[in-house]
Amino acid sequence: MSKRYTKDHEWVELNGDVAIIGISAYATEQLGDVVYVELPAKDKEFAAHADMAVVESAKAASDVYAPISGKVVEVNDTLSGQPDLVNGSPEGDGWFVKIKVVNKAEVDALMDEAAYADYVKGL
Amino acid sequence: MADAEPQKLPLDAVWRARTSKFADFAGYDMPIQFEGLIAEHNWTREHAGLFDVSHMGPCFFALPKGHGLEGDVAHKKVASLIERLVPADIQGLKPGQVRYTMLLNADGGILDDLMIARPAEPAAAGDLYIVVNAGCKIEDWKLIEATTKGEANLVRADDRCLLALQGPTAAQAASAVIAPELNDMNFMTVRRIETQRFGRLTITRSGYTGEDGYEILVRAEHAKDLAEALLAHAEVKPVGLGARDSLRLEAGLCLYGHDLDPSTSPIEADLAWTIQKRRREAGDFPGAKRILREYELGVSRKRVGIRPNDRAPAREGVEIQKDGKNIGVVTSGGFSPILNGPISMGYVDAAHSEPGHVVELMVRGQARSATIVPLPFVPHRYVRPKKAN
Repeated sequence: MSKRYTKDHEWVELNGDVAIIGISAYATEQLGDVVYVELPAKDKEFAAHADMAVVESAKAASDVYAPISGKVVEVNDTLSGQPDLVNGSPEGDGWFVKIKVVNKAEVDALMDEAAYADYVKGL
Repeated sequence: MADAEPQKLPLDAVWRARTSKFADFAGYDMPIQFEGLIAEHNWTREHAGLFDVSHMGPCFFALPKGHGLEGDVAHKKVASLIERLVPADIQGLKPGQVRYTMLLNADGGILDDLMIARPAEPAAAGDLYIVVNAGCKIEDWKLIEATTKGEANLVRADDRCLLALQGPTAAQAASAVIAPELNDMNFMTVRRIETQRFGRLTITRSGYTGEDGYEILVRAEHAKDLAEALLAHAEVKPVGLGARDSLRLEAGLCLYGHDLDPSTSPIEADLAWTIQKRRREAGDFPGAKRILREYELGVSRKRVGIRPNDRAPAREGVEIQKDGKNIGVVTSGGFSPILNGPISMGYVDAAHSEPGHVVELMVRGQARSATIVPLPFVPHRYVRPKKAN
């Protein structure tokens, strides 16, 4: 299925009731070289918009918010040794977490790819 | 300063043609990043990076015209005036020598850090070339003028451009593009040269990256030609303020307003080496009482290098603890491309300042183990060419 995006540049890809979450190519372009990613623990629960992760670029630290509510079922451990995967493959292998979705309507409410592309153009 | 519209650099168009990533720094709209912070950082360590540092405060400080003094006498006179504000031995500078020092307040706190050069040319006896920080320049110049009123004149040169060329091949590029004689300069020396293409240049072999290199003062009308000529050299790429910060941090060098401030003394900042023996013995600089006491008896807090023991950067403001008790604060922190890991600088209680001490850094409320280490993180590679005689 295709991705949905938030105004804060997180992306969500829903597969059944599990969503993969990461940050967009636009976000990584703005951040520059990612040198550290602080991910939540497995089983941690988040409400939409809560602080979920921190991404540190060579420049600065930035918060990553939970785009939707849910419980973490898997984190991308590869990022601890290879944080630059976020730059190399932001919307693929550089994903952050997988969460079990509580309310699929939260996903539908996010921007689709075309809407996000328009949004980014306006920034 | 943040409210006003930032000032454009004279070379704004040169940088805009190469990047769109700009930010306000000390009231100037500065290029922050070109190819990428880490790529620019590594390029500077391996080749030569060109930095626009025209926001800084170069100036000439000189005895009034017709002072009638010559050589060492003229120099000692002008040097004694600036020594009212700085603890370095400026009178003792040889012709063409540059020294790093700081402006001090009456309590021995640091108002700014700066470079002071004695020109090599006999005709310039009685002049000093001084470069202060961007964020402090107006206040610094006011202070210098107020302290030496009627005895010397300060001429601002911040309408010119100041370009820093830094890296192991800086000498190769600078001597090819500007003049072969640049290769013969020693580190921490100054030379004024006349060139056909770029007019008169005031060049110091110095920098703030830990690498060999030059800082070149050029008149604005020639600056574009000079920058483009340097950038056309295969060893030279433009580097932004982002990498300038990570380079100076790896080199263990202080950033004013972060690692140094008016409450901090040169001894706390581990800059005792900048106060030469003649000045220590005379004790004739602002705050000498405190500074000499600290020099003799030690300090309660000290600037140190810190290596986090995991990969999380600990940036400015992070609290440093030992066994749950506050012992200090991080004043600069980030990522070292050369060490491929986080590095920080900060101040800790002297009892915990020895290299090897393990401390905790409170990053986002979580204690993370770190080790006190010697500075610099990456060895300096200042070039002192052999005399060709």
